[in-house]
Amino acid sequence: MFLMLLPTLIFFLVNSYFPMVGIYYAFTQFDFNSSMFNSKFVGLQNFEFLWRSGTLVKLTMNTIGYNIAFIVLGNVLAIACAILLSELNGKWFKKISQSIMFLPYFVSFVILSVIVYNLFNYDSGFLNTMLTQFGLDPVDVYSKPWAWIFLIIIFYLWKNLGYSMVIYLAAITGISDEYYEAAKIDGANIFQRIWYITVPMLKSTFVVLLLFALGSIMKGQFDLFYQLIGNNGLLYNTTDILDTYVYRSLKVTFDVGMATAAGVYQSLFGFVLIMTVNYIIRKINDDYALF
Amino acid sequence: MQIQKDKYTRMLHAIAYVVILGLSVACLLPFLLIISASLTSNESIIRDGYHLIPGQFSLEGYKTVFIFPDEVLRAYTVTIVTTVVGTALGLFFMTMSGYVLARKDFKYRNTFSFYIYFTTLFGGGLVPWYIMITKYLGLLDSYAVLVLPGLMTPFLIILMKNFVKSAVPEELFDSGKMDGAGDFRIYWQIVLKLSMPGIATVGLFLALYYWNDWFTSSLFINDTHKYQLQFYLYNVINSAQFIAQMGAGTGVSLATEVPAESTKMAMAIVVNGPILFLYPFVQRYFVKGLTIGAVKG
Repeated sequence: MFLMLLPTLIFFLVNSYFPMVGIYYAFTQFDFNSSMFNSKFVGLQNFEFLWRSGTLVKLTMNTIGYNIAFIVLGNVLAIACAILLSELNGKWFKKISQSIMFLPYFVSFVILSVIVYNLFNYDSGFLNTMLTQFGLDPVDVYSKPWAWIFLIIIFYLWKNLGYSMVIYLAAITGISDEYYEAAKIDGANIFQRIWYITVPMLKSTFVVLLLFALGSIMKGQFDLFYQLIGNNGLLYNTTDILDTYVYRSLKVTFDVGMATAAGVYQSLFGFVLIMTVNYIIRKINDDYALF
Repeated sequence: MQIQKDKYTRMLHAIAYVVILGLSVACLLPFLLIISASLTSNESIIRDGYHLIPGQFSLEGYKTVFIFPDEVLRAYTVTIVTTVVGTALGLFFMTMSGYVLARKDFKYRNTFSFYIYFTTLFGGGLVPWYIMITKYLGLLDSYAVLVLPGLMTPFLIILMKNFVKSAVPEELFDSGKMDGAGDFRIYWQIVLKLSMPGIATVGLFLALYYWNDWFTSSLFINDTHKYQLQFYLYNVINSAQFIAQMGAGTGVSLATEVPAESTKMAMAIVVNGPILFLYPFVQRYFVKGLTIGAVKG
C-alpha cells in the first residue's frame, strides 16, 4: 500500500519540500551562475531593503485588503443569490440562470483580460463608445489607479459568483422542509422564514469556506491581478500584491534575492496567520478548527 | 394544491427575478461583446469602437487567424496533449493516494495526510521553486514541465479521499482481501468503479486547470513552438507586432491593412470555443460533484 502512495509522496517532496531549502536564497546576494551555498551571504539585508522602501507594508495591505473584500462580498452575494434562486419555482428559469452565472468560472484569465480590454480600451472600448454616443467625454480608465480597486473586485465576483452560489444552493437543498412548514403554520412570512431558518442553517458551510479562504489570505489571486494589470506601473500603488511583485521581480527585473525574501515573508506571515486563526477558532468551537 | 401567495412572497419573487435576471445579463454581456467584436470589420471598430451589435459585419478577423493555421494548431496540440496526459496521470496518482489514505488499516495515514496538507500552509515561495525546476531538474523548455508541476494538489487529494470514504463501504475492502485480491486489485476493480462521480469531479477540475493554464508557459517556456494555447493568445493580445512577425516569419508580406482589433477578438473566440461549446455538457457534473462534496463535507 505504501508503494501506491509513493508517487504522491515523491511529488510533494520535490515540488514542495525541496524548494523550502531554497529559502536560503533570501539571505544571499543571488548569483545564478554559482551554486546555492556559494552565493554571497548578506543576512537580513534583502528584508531590510524591502521594509525600508515601504514595499512590504504596501504589498501586505493590498494583499490582505483585497482578500477581505473578496471573502466578505463574495460570500454575501453568493448567499443572497442562492437564497433568491432557491425561492423561485420556475424550473427552466432556475436552470438557465444558474448555468449562465456559472459560465465565467470556466473561462481563462487570459480571456478575462480580453474582456477588460474590450470594455475599457481608451480608443475603442465599449465604455467609451457608449459615453461618446451620449455626448460625454471618454475616460482613460487605465490611468486611474482608484478605479481598479473596484474593477478588480467586480471581476473577481463576476468570475466566482456561480461557483460559490452552487455550494450554498447545495446546502440549502439539504435543509429539511419540515422547518419551513412549521414556520408557515406559525404565521412567519417568507422574509422571516429566510432570516430565521435559511440564513442560520448556512452558517456551517460559510465557516468552512471562510476558513479555507483565510488559509490563503496571503496568496492573492495572482492570475486575476496579473492579467488585468500586467506591467502597467501606473497602477501598482493600488493593485500590486505579493504574488505579482514576486513574479515581476523574478521575470522582469531579475531581483532574485529580493523576490525570494518577499516570498519567504509571504509564506511565514501566512503560516503565522493561519496558526493564530486556527488557535482562536479551536478556543471558540472545536468542531470548526482546520486541524 | 395551489397555495395562495401572500404579498410578501410576491414581493420576494419580484426582487428575485430582477436580481437574478440582472446578474445573468451581467455574466453574459462580456461574451456577447467579444463575439460581436470578432465579427465586426476592423475599420468599423477603429472608427466607432466596440458595439453590442456588429456595426459592419465581417469575417476578416477569423480569416487572419487562419492565414497561418500552423501556429494556432500547434498551440492547440500542446494544450490538448498536456491536458489529456496531465489529467490522466494526475487522476491515477490522486485516486490511488486517496484510496490509500481512506483505508483505516493503513497505519501511517494521518502522518502522510499531514505531510500532504502541510504544503498548503508553508512553502518556499515562487523563486526557490523556479530555481529548483530550472536549475536542478533542468526542465526549462521541456514538455514535461507543462505537465508535472500541476499534477496534484492537496485540495483534490483530500477531496478524493473523502469521496472514497463515502462511496466505498469498508466491508468491501475486507471481502476483497478475503477473496485474495491484492491492494492494487481492490483499488483497480472496486474502488475506481464505485467512486466514479468523485473521479469525474476531480478530473474536471484538473482538466480545466490544464486547459486554462498560461502561467507555466510564461515561466518555463522560451521556445514559441511549445507555448500553451492560453499563453499563445496572451502573446497575440499583448504584442502589437504579432501580425508583422507572423508575416516576416513565413516570408509572406501581408496586405497593409491588417485587421488587428477584430483579429484579437477572433483569436479569443477560437481559443475558448471548445470550452464554451463543451460547457453545457460538463456543467452538471461540476454541480453534482460540488453538491456531493458540500453535503458530505
